[in-house]
Amino acid sequence: MIDQHRQAFKEEAYELLAELESSLLELEERPDDQDLIGRVFRAMHTIKGSGSMFGFDDIASFTHEVETIFDMVRNGKLQVTGRLVNLTLAARDQIRAMLDAADSGEATDLQASAEIIVGLRELAGFQGQVAAAAPKEEVHEAKKDQVTYRIRFAPAREIFVSGTNPLTLIAELRELGACTVVAQTAGFPCLEEMNPESCYVYWDVILTTDQGENAIRDVFIFVEDDCELKIEPIAEHNRYEEQQDYKRLGEILVERGDISSEDMKAVLSQQRRFGELAISQGILHEGKVQAALAEQQHIKEVRQEKQVAEASSSIRVPAERLDLLVNLVGEMVTVQARLSQTAAQRADGELMAIAEEVERLTAELRDSALNIRMLPIGSTFSKFKRLVRDLSVELGKQIEMTTEGAETELDKTVIEKLNDPLVHLIRNSIDHGIELPEARVAAGKPERGTVHLSAVHSGDSVLITIADDGAGLDKEAIRTKGIERGIIPAGAELSEKELFNLIFAPGFSTAKTISSVSGRGVGMDVVKRAIEALRGSIDITSVRGEGTRITVKIPLTLAIIESLLVKIGNDSFMMPLALVDECVELTREDVAAAHGRNLAHVRDQLVPYIPLREHFAIPGAPPEIEQIVITQVNGVRVGFVVDHVIGEHQTVIKSLGRAYKDTEGISGATILGDGTVALILDIPQLVQAAEAAQE
Amino acid sequence: MAKVIMTADDSASVRQMVTFTLKQGGYEVVEAVDGKDALQKLAGTKVDMLITDLNMPNLDGIGLIKGARALPSCKFIPIVMLTTESQESKKQEGKAAGATGWIVKPFKPEQLMAVVKKVLG
Repeated sequence: MIDQHRQAFKEEAYELLAELESSLLELEERPDDQDLIGRVFRAMHTIKGSGSMFGFDDIASFTHEVETIFDMVRNGKLQVTGRLVNLTLAARDQIRAMLDAADSGEATDLQASAEIIVGLRELAGFQGQVAAAAPKEEVHEAKKDQVTYRIRFAPAREIFVSGTNPLTLIAELRELGACTVVAQTAGFPCLEEMNPESCYVYWDVILTTDQGENAIRDVFIFVEDDCELKIEPIAEHNRYEEQQDYKRLGEILVERGDISSEDMKAVLSQQRRFGELAISQGILHEGKVQAALAEQQHIKEVRQEKQVAEASSSIRVPAERLDLLVNLVGEMVTVQARLSQTAAQRADGELMAIAEEVERLTAELRDSALNIRMLPIGSTFSKFKRLVRDLSVELGKQIEMTTEGAETELDKTVIEKLNDPLVHLIRNSIDHGIELPEARVAAGKPERGTVHLSAVHSGDSVLITIADDGAGLDKEAIRTKGIERGIIPAGAELSEKELFNLIFAPGFSTAKTISSVSGRGVGMDVVKRAIEALRGSIDITSVRGEGTRITVKIPLTLAIIESLLVKIGNDSFMMPLALVDECVELTREDVAAAHGRNLAHVRDQLVPYIPLREHFAIPGAPPEIEQIVITQVNGVRVGFVVDHVIGEHQTVIKSLGRAYKDTEGISGATILGDGTVALILDIPQLVQAAEAAQE
Repeated sequence: MAKVIMTADDSASVRQMVTFTLKQGGYEVVEAVDGKDALQKLAGTKVDMLITDLNMPNLDGIGLIKGARALPSCKFIPIVMLTTESQESKKQEGKAAGATGWIVKPFKPEQLMAVVKKVLG
């Protein structure tokens, strides 16, 4: 369709160019003929206007320059000279060439265009560079929160004469969002004085929209010069708004400038309904009070609607039902794995197709079932605010808590279990981290300390960070205490990370006195164990004098993990994939070369390993070539020797039941595709046990 | 009954595009090639809206708007003028003559329809 219009434009342009040529030639004879000048100008104008409409932007911008010159000629600012006619004729030929080029797709001679324009500009006495007009970019406003605006639209009396119907504008406003309109008719004169062609009404409109103020202004774009238009935002409705009562009637009227605050106070002193009083005293017209009342009502309705919408979009379900659902989905994932395996063994195409379908559906079902249990961590954060406030008062410190990522979602159980460890970490920050105000000022820091709590998604984990701008960890104090408590031998060479990790050791505390807040030294190791129970990890960085940052990494969900399936003899084991670094081979020669020490050479690094066959006392001989799965726990690489590495596996975690719940080195079990049980290894615990055995 | 809109423009391609767009939008269209032609046709036909170019031979857009507003049948109809961005003063002149609004060239069919809807309701 556009092509058809373009074709029409080109035909028209050729005609106009022919006319332009003859007009120019005539103009040379009679340079003062206004009619001829007008014809030349119009031809240029039409080519420019239509050209830009149909996508001939180069022609439009070029012609614009010529048109500007002829506008000056038309207004008597410039004389027609032979040179002007010559240049314009050259310009006309150039436009023709551009039109031709649009067909063939050849590039036009831009140099020639520029020369003509420069020549014309010189003639007109313009200075400056030739620059193509930059196309205006359309600015897209980002989607905004809903905002309620108060709009007063008082059109000019003569608005009807300009062909404007104010009611269509009001109707257009209604399309923008929830809208309450009050027509103010106080300005109507008596019948005999009334001119039916005049507009005596004005409108007060309360509009709630997410389109922004510009969209409202656009509605009135044609009339804004000759009407009284006031647009002011009065309330923003975002998710976390406080649901307090909206402004009182008197406040609204004062804000709108309909009544002075003195008048309001005078009326208020008389203890009757404000609106009635103000009207009866003649301070206000009834319509204005109505508009203010409508505003109150409107805000109420918008808020109610929001509440209804929020209420209807969520339902409350007992947590046990969700747990049951997740358990069932877990069973289903297991059965599906069996189905896939069986189908693959039978090599039955039809069965395989069904199995694949079931696999896809199960994965979706699993994801959405786990999603249901996700809750934003924000509610926990707000509890901490209170904690920080109370503690800082108790300790005489000035502390501000800031939070970030309150909307980050985590499994409900995880959030519940995280509460205590986080409380402990925050307490530590406040008690040991942030200094007393005097000490802070002496150190050149603001009196007020901050504790920043943030949560952010990172892959299949959530990182929760507690950062304070306090004193930071004292490495030497930690080392001294570590030696004192017999946790490390005197003179031990420890990296910064290892030193910091000491504070998680059982029975460690550097606080000089025991306060009610912390300092019993039981805290941090309990925290670490709680985090590890959630299959998470904890990491500390600290700069002396600047602060400490503790990062807790927690998996998104507890029910299902990615793990590595390994075999020892006939038994299957699972190792959480998040902890696995790499797998290397271990031959008989390697073992012999190590002289009985369980150390493997991996890329010039010595990696200690734990032979699981021995550890679990599994009978039978290991194969010729064993595998070492190298894991990373607290920054230390430790290998686990197994017979075979099978591969990755989606593991639905089952608890071992009461009888086995204290089993060391095993954190749970899962059922494999063929129905056998695989135990899930508790890697951190195994490492700890091995370290303890060494000592 | 479909509303009738007159388009007055000396550029055949613009007329064609305006007519095509409006007809697609369900309006009836009367075309006029310049201000004089438009005024003559307005005297004989009732239209609900007028879309006019400003620069036209014989009688320009401003003259047409003034002439149309003098006709009883056109006193209150919406009149929209087509302007180029360089004509800010023309915009004011047009408004003073009685134009309801304006469309800046170049415009897309959707923009034309939006303005028609805005002033016709």
